[in-house]
Amino acid sequence: MRPKLRHIAAMIFAGLCTAASAGDALHARTEAVVRQSFSGASTEEWNERLRQDEAQALCSRYRNHAPPDVAKRILETQQESFRYPEDGKLMGSWKEGEKLASVGTGGHIGNIQPDRPGTRKGGNCYACHALAKKEIAAGNLGPSLTGFGKLRGLSPESIKYTYEKIYNAQAFYPCSMMPRFGHNGWLTPKEIADAVAFLLDPESPVNQ
Amino acid sequence: MIRLACVALALALCIPALSASEDGHIASELQKYRKMLQDGNPADLMEMRGEELWTMPRGAKNATLEQCDLGLGAGKLEGAYARLPRYFADTDRVQDAESRLAHCMATLQGLSEQQATRNWYKPNSDMEALVTYVAAQSKGKPIAIPLVHGKEKEMVGVGEEIFFRRAGPLDFSCATCHSQPGRRIRLQELPNFGDNKSAQSSMITWPAYRVSQSAVWTMERRLIDCLRQMRYPDADYLSDAVIALQSYLQQQARGGVMEAPGIKR
Repeated sequence: MRPKLRHIAAMIFAGLCTAASAGDALHARTEAVVRQSFSGASTEEWNERLRQDEAQALCSRYRNHAPPDVAKRILETQQESFRYPEDGKLMGSWKEGEKLASVGTGGHIGNIQPDRPGTRKGGNCYACHALAKKEIAAGNLGPSLTGFGKLRGLSPESIKYTYEKIYNAQAFYPCSMMPRFGHNGWLTPKEIADAVAFLLDPESPVNQ
Repeated sequence: MIRLACVALALALCIPALSASEDGHIASELQKYRKMLQDGNPADLMEMRGEELWTMPRGAKNATLEQCDLGLGAGKLEGAYARLPRYFADTDRVQDAESRLAHCMATLQGLSEQQATRNWYKPNSDMEALVTYVAAQSKGKPIAIPLVHGKEKEMVGVGEEIFFRRAGPLDFSCATCHSQPGRRIRLQELPNFGDNKSAQSSMITWPAYRVSQSAVWTMERRLIDCLRQMRYPDADYLSDAVIALQSYLQQQARGGVMEAPGIKR
């Protein structure tokens, strides 16, 4: 390499290193700020609610657009997370699933406005998805799922896919915005089976 | 066969059109609701109470807040809120309106932080009244936070990192709900803080009277409640994480002309 070119290459390399270390420094500073700013959180609350797991950290770092190698790693690790109901039935009661889809409570902590003990944790599907046609107050952060069962059918593959997608959306789509309801223990396998029935059962209002 | 294909194509074209018009209908109903709310804003009463608190001698030093420096000089309130958060040399911190007011209550009036922030998240708190009064003095001024001091730049950077930081049992970050255009939770429209105009439409109206809460909510109140809804533990009031988020959001909303106190659902 000619001296001038070598000099330019060295400058570019140094520039990249500075950029990377500036990013690292900001990241370290951010983590310190987060830690200091939730001083009332117990160790358990910190671990369960503020400390990031690997997928959360990677999706944050890449602003939900993971490069191919990172996306592959997320897919692989998340696909290992599935657990199924003990009775093996991936489709439960659509009526129970419908209740779950409307309930937006549960899991609020802290001193300002915590949930009463024993408050049911809902799936709150309607916050983001259109489901039954009759429910107008549906959000649009996620795609409309109206008629989902008519579209997907009732094959074992369709049931399994729907169950696993609700259990851990990131096993299909790295950095999906959808909560990993099963993986994070927000919903039980039985509750997820009820949500599957709400989506797929021909009797469900989603498919009317 | 060709006719069948035509019908399929027509249907395919129709379905998105239908859902778009439904969304349009919801948007216009929400617009009407917002207009209805504009008729009288109870925040005006809170603003008057804030002015009283600003000029009332209080605390161990029996002093008023009239010499409080919110960034533009002692007692200069016009446009100050639109330029917060900013760096203050006397505290060596980037502060927002609320942390600065608490500082002034401590230094000028001799109130403890606990006294200054008493009941901050409950309706009719002193902080709620003072912030409403201070913010109202920025009506008509554009949002323009200074990015001169290293700590001011760092705060915007930290705020941006926190905005995209996913955590908790629902994997949420602020960006989950606030980084796309035209989105709603149920029927609640969500500002998109990736977009200058949308960020402006939100930030120019805080603090705001919330009809559903019968209270004026400050920006800190708003943000700490967002974090609660994300199922995080309570963020500390006046903490750097909350100030950093404000710095980032204000920067995203730069140029927006202040209308606060606003009125919302």
